[in-house]
Amino acid sequence: MTSLIPIAPDIFVEGSLSDPAGPQLLAGRHRESGRLVFPCPATGAEAAYEPYALARRGTLWSFTIQRFRPKSPPYAGPEAFEPYAVGYVELPGEIIVESRLTGIPFDRLRIGMPVRLTAQLLDFASGEQRIGFAFTADGNEQ
Amino acid sequence: MTKVFIIGAGIHPFGRTPERSGLQQGVYAARQALADAGVRWRDVQFAYGGSDSAGNADTMVNELGLTGLPFINVSNGCATGGSALFGAYNAIKSGQFDLGMAVGFDKHPRGAFDPKPADWGLPDWYGETGLMLTTQFFAMKIQRYMAQYGISRMSLARVAEKAFNNGALTPHAWRRSPVDAQSILDAQMVSDPLTKFMFCSPAEGGVSLILASEKRARELGGAMIELKAVAVRSRPPGSFEVFSPALDIERGGSPTSIASRAAFEMAGIGPEEVHVAQLQDTESGAEIMHLAENGFCADGDQERWIADGRTQLTGALPVNTDGGCLACGEPIGASGLRQVYENVMQLGGRAGDRQVSGDPQVGYSHVYGAPGVSGVAILAR
Repeated sequence: MTSLIPIAPDIFVEGSLSDPAGPQLLAGRHRESGRLVFPCPATGAEAAYEPYALARRGTLWSFTIQRFRPKSPPYAGPEAFEPYAVGYVELPGEIIVESRLTGIPFDRLRIGMPVRLTAQLLDFASGEQRIGFAFTADGNEQ
Repeated sequence: MTKVFIIGAGIHPFGRTPERSGLQQGVYAARQALADAGVRWRDVQFAYGGSDSAGNADTMVNELGLTGLPFINVSNGCATGGSALFGAYNAIKSGQFDLGMAVGFDKHPRGAFDPKPADWGLPDWYGETGLMLTTQFFAMKIQRYMAQYGISRMSLARVAEKAFNNGALTPHAWRRSPVDAQSILDAQMVSDPLTKFMFCSPAEGGVSLILASEKRARELGGAMIELKAVAVRSRPPGSFEVFSPALDIERGGSPTSIASRAAFEMAGIGPEEVHVAQLQDTESGAEIMHLAENGFCADGDQERWIADGRTQLTGALPVNTDGGCLACGEPIGASGLRQVYENVMQLGGRAGDRQVSGDPQVGYSHVYGAPGVSGVAILAR
């Protein structure tokens, strides 16, 4: 899976896709205010933001189910459509991040449930596959 | 500084009008507003107008007349109409002009809006992976609100049911047939917990308002409906807006809560003095949350309010008396001005079958949209 390309080069913390502890999302931390933003803006010596590795675990803050195929563009998924879950996940003390949810039956989604980050293989209409991110139920809870 | 009055109002019916462009619908509304005010186009000293996707408002002068007036095009997303009103209000308030027009119109293609990530400063993957949908945002905002404050799905359905009932009584509405709450609940799910009847759709329409100084309004001798306050606000830190890949952990206010407070302060009145309100109802949940964000009730009170019928035409605070966005659709440039038009009709006792009882004196309107902008107007007579 690590030979595949992520949906964007700067989504994951470098090397975290092959980390046994699981992937990590890369955020930006404002050097002065400490405010976190995701996705990570430009970093570097001159930039206002520095790279920050987000926590892998959090709780579900809200969710919905996408019941119809989104318009293309911008959606690049395959023509064949299966509804998918989307949520906001609160990473304690850090940020609330929007993400696909995977591996959780729709009727078991609950605000406050523990979730953890995972890599998700995404099919594109073009036929290629890329690595995206999703949150799934945290093993401790299951 | 002078007081500002709305002395004329015109509307082109909302919905779908294949034979007229968006601009022509704006011209239609402008002519109706001029006739309503009893003034001629050449009396209009300035205009503010806009559309989101139906062209430049100032080209209306080709049809209305080349009087040489200053015509300012306004482009401010979902608050385009509200911003046009804001500009017109201040132009008269300042004393520079006596008579002006605010106009908004639009004509959108069928189906949901299809935004481009780059236009919103977002990376392509956000759209490519299926996260860039306004419907998801609205669904997740109300989903959390329902869990926090005990709002039921039946209340979502009741809001839409009311909208279609009111729309059935409103000549300018698009959806003019009642739909019962159970059918609304059982309809196709779009984005849980919201079904297709709980969402408004992009549409077409035009609205125009004629504004005048107190002196000019008295000379003309029509109904005196004062524009007591117009406030437009963008988002404060920690708000929850459409197209947000992440939110601050520290939650804050909303553009609506700060626009509302500013407008009430400007008008010198409180929410309890409002008799009729038009609140942004992009979907059913938005009307519920906006009742609290605009200061009309505490979070969670809506469940009881709706069960008791307080927001119906016969209730203590009728809300979205013309069916709102749910029944009228949402032509972006015209939508915020439609709300003000409706309040002009209600305060003037001209709302026909949907007229609220009790001689309403104060009308409140609130428009909200991406990327986090709210406009509030308060009328009184």
